[in-house]
Amino acid sequence: MTDDHHDHEHGEHSELDDMELRIRALRTVLSQKGYIDPAALDVLIETYETKIGPRNGAHVVARSWLDPAYRKWLLTDATAAIASLGFVGLQGEHMIALENTVECHHMVVCTLCSCYPWPVLGLPPVWYKSAPYRARVVKDPRSVLTEFGVTLPPTTEIRVWDSTAEVRYLVVPMRPARTETLNEEQLAVLVTRDSMIGTGIPRSPDVAS
Amino acid sequence: MSYQSHADVGGQEGHGRVMSEQDEPFDAAWEPQAMALMLATASTGSWNVDMARSVLETLSDYRELSYYQKWMKGLEKLAIDRGLLTAEEILAGRMLVPPTPVSSMLRASDVFAVVAAGASTLRDVSVPARFAVGEAVYTKAVPAGHHTRLPRYAEGKLGRIEHVHGAHVFPDTNSQGLGEQPQWLYTVSFSGRELWGEGHAQDLRVSIDAWESYLEGVEGDR
Repeated sequence: MTDDHHDHEHGEHSELDDMELRIRALRTVLSQKGYIDPAALDVLIETYETKIGPRNGAHVVARSWLDPAYRKWLLTDATAAIASLGFVGLQGEHMIALENTVECHHMVVCTLCSCYPWPVLGLPPVWYKSAPYRARVVKDPRSVLTEFGVTLPPTTEIRVWDSTAEVRYLVVPMRPARTETLNEEQLAVLVTRDSMIGTGIPRSPDVAS
Repeated sequence: MSYQSHADVGGQEGHGRVMSEQDEPFDAAWEPQAMALMLATASTGSWNVDMARSVLETLSDYRELSYYQKWMKGLEKLAIDRGLLTAEEILAGRMLVPPTPVSSMLRASDVFAVVAAGASTLRDVSVPARFAVGEAVYTKAVPAGHHTRLPRYAEGKLGRIEHVHGAHVFPDTNSQGLGEQPQWLYTVSFSGRELWGEGHAQDLRVSIDAWESYLEGVEGDR
């Protein structure tokens, strides 16, 4: 059993104290030796905690729901189409957008580590990096979907993309019903992070409002 | 010593439920610090991403460590191996020996530009792509014996080329300090039945991204 969650239940306090001490020591030594600028650490943390996250991807998806020309561009040259909205950089250098349909549902994983499209989704959630998701989604994705509360028609093909290189994948979920009158901002609110990984579907407008 | 990755878990049984309540990138207050320390120290140019992945996946206690514990342990190992610091310095929490020269330092004022610039692995090569979209290919059946990005569950399987991505830095050599040696990169998809056997996952297709040397033409020897 390699369940990461389990490990935390024993000796959590001493473990955390130990990690904090080790990080403080590393940070001090690396700074004293001139390898890192401590202020850069704060900027990195601020960037990935507040600036780069799944709202970026939701914006891409909402635009693709409203603008057929943008959607076509996104599905043929995702890197350029996403960059046109300002979302570029580390772990998003080579993007592919995957269009979910009634016939085909896409899901994204990295079985070998934790590859994930940072510019559009931010840093991956803990479960995405965990052994249960990585082990099971390539073999039995429907049981994984059930744990996320998603049931697909038996006729829908499931297409799993294992991110084993530097190509990063963004799922473009299906637009929910009864959203014809919504604008881009309102649509973006419906686009969940999980719906862009393939473990979820967008919120219904009835629930979201 | 044979190379063993503990990270290659695709298709393994016995891992239990996906803990979807672990919904955030960070589990503990120290983890953002670990993330930032790894990114900032990697910016010194002392190792590449493939070397870092190789060190993380071969940590002997990989299975017992949480995600960012792996990053910290990997960072310490990389920094010590490259002579950036010593184990004694980590214990002491201060510099004990003079620094080793590094090629660059990430300054706070450069973070935005460095993050936005990314690190493309696309390279120009003079050879044409060997395979085309739609073509059938076999993946290699023999484990690499070093860091590689061909998962075990996809070894020796019959697949189909879905995308040709251009030539990209080859992790197998780059991780060993043998250079980038870029190769054509493909998305190759497999039926669930090919990967997992008859009666399994009939409505499933799974793809990997595979460098050209991971693949063999169907006409060639398998």
